[in-house]
Amino acid sequence: MFLINCPYCGERDQSEFSAGGEAHIVRPKQPTELSDGQWAEFLFMRKNIKGVQLERWNHAHGCRKWFNMVRDTSNDKIHAVYKMGEKPPIK
Amino acid sequence: MSKNLRIANSKFIDQTSRISFKFDGKTLYGFKGDTLASALLANDIHLVGRSFKYHRPRGIMSCGSEEPNAIVQLGNDPSMTEPNTRATEIELYEGLEASSQNCWPSVNFDIGAVNNFFSPLIPAAFYYKTFMWPANFWKLYEYFIRKSAGLGKSPTQPDKDIYDHRYIHCDVLIVGGGISGVMAAKTAAKNNLNTVLIDDKNILGGTTLFQQNESFKINNSYSNDWLKKEIESLNSLKNLTIKTRTSLAAYHGYNYLLARENLTDHLNINEKKDKIRQRLWKIRAEKVIIATGAIERPLIFNNNDRPGIILSSSIKKYIDYYGVKCGQKISLFTNNDSAYETAISLNNSGVIVNSVVDIRDKTNSLMVKQAEKLGIKIHWKSTVVNTNGYKKINSIEIMKLSDDGVAVIGKKIKEECDCLGISGGWTPRVHLFTQSGGKLKFRDEDNVFIPDKSELNQISIGSCNGDFELDEVIKNSLNSTNKFLNVDNNDYKNLEIISSKEIDKKNIWLLPSDKPMGKTKPFLDFQNDSTANDIKLALREGFKSIEHVKRYTTTGMATDQGKLSNMHALGIIAETAGVKMGELGTTTFRPPYTPLTFGAIVGRNVGEFFDITRKTPIHDCHVEKKAEFENVGQWKRAWYYPKKNEDMHDAVQRESKAARDSAGILDASTLGKIDIQGSDASEFLNRVYTNAWSKLEIGKCRYGLMLNEDGMVYDDGVTTRLGENHYLMTTTTGGAANVLSKLEDYLQTEWPELDVYLTSVTDQYATVSICGPNSKKILSKIIPDLNLSDDEFPHMSYKNGLIDNIKCRVMRISFTGEHSYEINIQSSYGKSVWEKCFEAGKEFNITPYGTETMHLLRAEKGFIIAGQDTDGTMTPVDLQMNWIVSKKKFDFIGKRSLYRSDTIREDRKQLVGLLTDDPKEVLEEGAQIVAETNKKPIEMLGHVTSSYYSPNLKKSIALAVVKNGKKLKGQKMFVPMKNKTINVTITDTVFLDKENKRLNA
Ligand SMILES: [Zn+2]
Repeated sequence: MFLINCPYCGERDQSEFSAGGEAHIVRPKQPTELSDGQWAEFLFMRKNIKGVQLERWNHAHGCRKWFNMVRDTSNDKIHAVYKMGEKPPIK
Repeated sequence: MSKNLRIANSKFIDQTSRISFKFDGKTLYGFKGDTLASALLANDIHLVGRSFKYHRPRGIMSCGSEEPNAIVQLGNDPSMTEPNTRATEIELYEGLEASSQNCWPSVNFDIGAVNNFFSPLIPAAFYYKTFMWPANFWKLYEYFIRKSAGLGKSPTQPDKDIYDHRYIHCDVLIVGGGISGVMAAKTAAKNNLNTVLIDDKNILGGTTLFQQNESFKINNSYSNDWLKKEIESLNSLKNLTIKTRTSLAAYHGYNYLLARENLTDHLNINEKKDKIRQRLWKIRAEKVIIATGAIERPLIFNNNDRPGIILSSSIKKYIDYYGVKCGQKISLFTNNDSAYETAISLNNSGVIVNSVVDIRDKTNSLMVKQAEKLGIKIHWKSTVVNTNGYKKINSIEIMKLSDDGVAVIGKKIKEECDCLGISGGWTPRVHLFTQSGGKLKFRDEDNVFIPDKSELNQISIGSCNGDFELDEVIKNSLNSTNKFLNVDNNDYKNLEIISSKEIDKKNIWLLPSDKPMGKTKPFLDFQNDSTANDIKLALREGFKSIEHVKRYTTTGMATDQGKLSNMHALGIIAETAGVKMGELGTTTFRPPYTPLTFGAIVGRNVGEFFDITRKTPIHDCHVEKKAEFENVGQWKRAWYYPKKNEDMHDAVQRESKAARDSAGILDASTLGKIDIQGSDASEFLNRVYTNAWSKLEIGKCRYGLMLNEDGMVYDDGVTTRLGENHYLMTTTTGGAANVLSKLEDYLQTEWPELDVYLTSVTDQYATVSICGPNSKKILSKIIPDLNLSDDEFPHMSYKNGLIDNIKCRVMRISFTGEHSYEINIQSSYGKSVWEKCFEAGKEFNITPYGTETMHLLRAEKGFIIAGQDTDGTMTPVDLQMNWIVSKKKFDFIGKRSLYRSDTIREDRKQLVGLLTDDPKEVLEEGAQIVAETNKKPIEMLGHVTSSYYSPNLKKSIALAVVKNGKKLKGQKMFVPMKNKTINVTITDTVFLDKENKRLNA
C-alpha cells in the first residue's frame, strides 16, 4: 500500500487514490485529420514498462485533483509527483 | 493420565488451575498456560492426524506456527466450527473441543491409509496425472478425494463473532519479542521514539525466556533471568505499546503492515461473550525492525514422519516451558549443537536420554562437553536409517556414515525409544523480509538464506538475520539497532556474555539409508505429504525451476507454506542438479504468514455495513406503500408497488396502464445531477455530448448522448440550460459518479483552458416525476400560478416555481412518452412534494410506479437504457440514433472513432425491435437470436436486451441487438430456448405513439 504525496494535500494512503494509466498522452487537437492507424495509436496503445514509468493518478477520495507520478514499477518506488501540465522532474 | 508426563517445576504453567477439554470426543485435562498441543502431549497423545496423500499417522511435530501435522478442527457445532487451526498455537481454555481433521472415519482407523501400501503408485503429481483424464470424470474423483483427504470442514452458519480493524502509526515497529526484539524496543522507546512491539505468543521473551543453561549467561545470570528483568523494565516506558498474541500477517511496501491480534481465543466460552474476537491492525511505521527468530529444520531420512518424532527445540520447550515430557526414553538426532541443549534440559528434568545421534565426526563445543560430562551417550558420524512403530515411534535404527556421507556402513544398531528429537540446523524466519520485497543472500557455511538488500526503511536483527549464538545475537542486534535508529543506547555497553559456540558444521540434505531409495519414505513436506523421492522424480522428468518443482510436487504449497520443508527441497534440487543453492534462488513467501480468518479480513464490513445504502428523501413513502425495492448501484429504488395478492407482473401491468390512462408518479431522485457553471459551459457540453449545445436557449432542455473516446455509448440524460453560463446535467443512476470523474478528468487534463466548474448535486435535490394525460391538471393544483399552456411551457423546457414558498424547478421532459413533468426541489422537501402530488392526484387515481414500470413504458417508446440496451460496444449509429450525432461539430469525445473502419461496418450489431408471433409469449432478456433452426453450428446473430408484456399494446414487445439488424426489418427470426423455439419478427424500435401525440395530450 503506497504512501502517496498528493501535490495539493500531502501524504495520504493509497486507498484514497485511483490510478489513471500512462501520463503525457495528449489528445490530438485535430482528430479528424488522423488516419485510423494514428488514431488507434492514441486510443489503444499504452506502454507497460518494468522500471521508471510516468503515470496519471487521481486523488479520488480527497481533493479530486489529477496529477502525475514518476514510479518505478519494479519496486513501486515513487520518485516524484508533479501537477498536470508540468514537465516530469526526472526521467 | 496413565503416565506421569508432567514435571512440577514449570514457571509458566499454573498447575493449581486444572482445565478440562475434549479431543476427538474424549475428555482430558490440562493446565492454565498450556497449548492444546502441550496438553495432548502431557496426556501421551501424539497421534493427531493423518497425512494428506498416504494417510500415514502423524503426530505433533513442533511448538509454533510452523506446525505441519497438528492441524485440528475447533468446536463441535457444525454451524460454527473452525477448520485448519494449529494445536501448537491454541491456548487451552475450559470447555475447548477439538478434533483431528485429516482422517476419515477416525484417527485410529483410517480408510485412506490403504494408500500407504500402494504408495509406490502415488508418485509426485499423481493426482494431476491420473485424475485429470477424462476431464469430466474429475467431479467423481474429487468427491472421494475430498472426503478421504478431509481438508477440514467449513462452518455452515454465518460467523457470530465480532471482528475489528484499527490503525496504528508509529516511529518504530518491532516484530518479535525475543531477546533482540525486547532490547530493540527498549532502545527505541528510551530514545523518545513512538514504539510498538508485537509478538504472536502470550508473553514476551522468545526461546531465551526458558533458556536456563550453564553455557548461556549474561552478567553472571542465566540468560532467562537476565531477560526477565529486561522485560519487566519495559513496563515503565511510556511511548512503548506492547501487543502480545498478535501475529504479523503481511508486510507490504511503504512499511504498511497488517497484524492480527487475538483478543478472546484463549478465553473460555463465557468470558468470550460479547467481546471482540480478533482485531486486524493496519500499521504504517516509519521504521520496521524484524526480530522474528529462526525455525528449526527437521532432518530428512527414511520414515522421519512417525508420531513421536519432534523437533528437538520443541521437545526442549515442552519440558522447560510447559513442564511436559514428550517421552520417557528420548533419543536425539542432529547435525548441530542445539540438540545437546535439549539433551541437557531433559537430563536435568529426569528424563532418560538414550543417546544423541550426530552426523558430525566429533566436536568439542562448551555445550557438547557439558552433555558428555552428564554422561549422555553420543553416536558420532552416524545417522538414523529407519524408524519403527506405526502409530507411535518405538525404536530407531542407527548406522555409521561413510566418509563422503552418501552411504551407510557397518553394523546396524537398534535403539528403543518413545520419542525422537530431530535437529537439522536453523532457518532464519525471513518470510516478512521477503514479503516486503527484500532480496536474500545465501550463506554457504551453514546453508541459510539471510536478508540482503531492501528498498524499505527496515532491518532484521537476531537469528532472523542469521545470528544464532547468544553473544552474536546480543552484540549485532545492539549495533544494528543503534545505527538504524541513529541513537546511542549505553544500557548494554558492558555486558559479560558466556555463550557456547558451535565449532563444527556438517549438513546432508537427504540422509542415506541401507535400503534403496525407492523403498524409503524420507518426508520433506509433512503437510502435503511429499518426499525427497518426489523431488528427484520431478527432476528426472525434466523440471528445473524451483517454482515448477514446487508446484509439481506440491512441496511447500500447504497452509504452512513449507516453513519446514523449503530449505531441504532447495538443497536436494541443488545437490541433484549439481548447482549451488545460492544460485538456485528461493521461492516466494506470500502473505499471510499464518492463515487469517475471514472475519479478521472483513472486520466490521459485514451485513448492512458491507456497503453504503443510499436512500432517497422519499424512501419512507415507498416503504409505507409496501414497495419492493431493487438495488441500483448503492441506491435502493422502488421496483414496484404490489397491492393485495398482486405479484410483480400484475403490479407492473396495473402501474403501466394507470400511467398512460390517467396519471403516474415516480421517484426519480436517484438520477445523477451535475451542476455545470462557467463561461465555457456551452463549449464544454459541445465537446462531451455528440449533439450541439451552443444554440440551446435558456430555459430549454435537451437530450444528450455521451460517448467514450472509442465511440461507444457511455451515458445519456437530459441537460437543462438554467442561465447563460449555467446548466444542470442529469445522468443515469448508476453512471453518476463515473460521469463526473470522466468530465473532471477531461477538464483537468485535456482542456484546462476551459472555464468550467462541476458540482455533484445528486443528493441536494429530490426529483418527483408525474406523467400521464392528467399530469398537467395535477401540477396546476400544486403550483397554480404557473402557466402550463403548451405555448408558454412546451415539451423540453423548464420553469421555476414555488411550492409553499419553496423554490423548485419544473422540467417538462418525458421518459415515458407521456405528457410529463419533473419537479426538482431541495432534498428535505422531497417527501412533502411527493405527498402533495398524491393528494392532488387522488381524483385522477394517481398511481406510484417503480423502476420496472418505468422500464416497460420507455421500451414501448423505444427509448434506450444505457447499460441495458448498450454494453460498451454500441455506437449511436448502431442504436439507430444518427439524428443525435452532429455532423457540423469539429470534435467531441469519441467523434473520430465513429469513422474507424470497424465502426462504419454496415453489418454491426444494431438495435431493433422484436415482436413475437404469439403476442402472449414474452422473451427472456439475454436470449440469443438466430436466422435458421436446423443448421449446426448455428450463427448467433444477436440477443434480446429488453423484453416486456405491454398492457397498453396488449402484446409482448422486445428490444434486441441483431447483426445487420437495420436492414432486416420485417424478417422472421428465431429465439431458441431450452424446450422450444420462439418465432419473432424484426421491427422498428418504437412500438407506441410513433407520432409523439401523447407528449402534448
Ligand atoms: Zn489531494
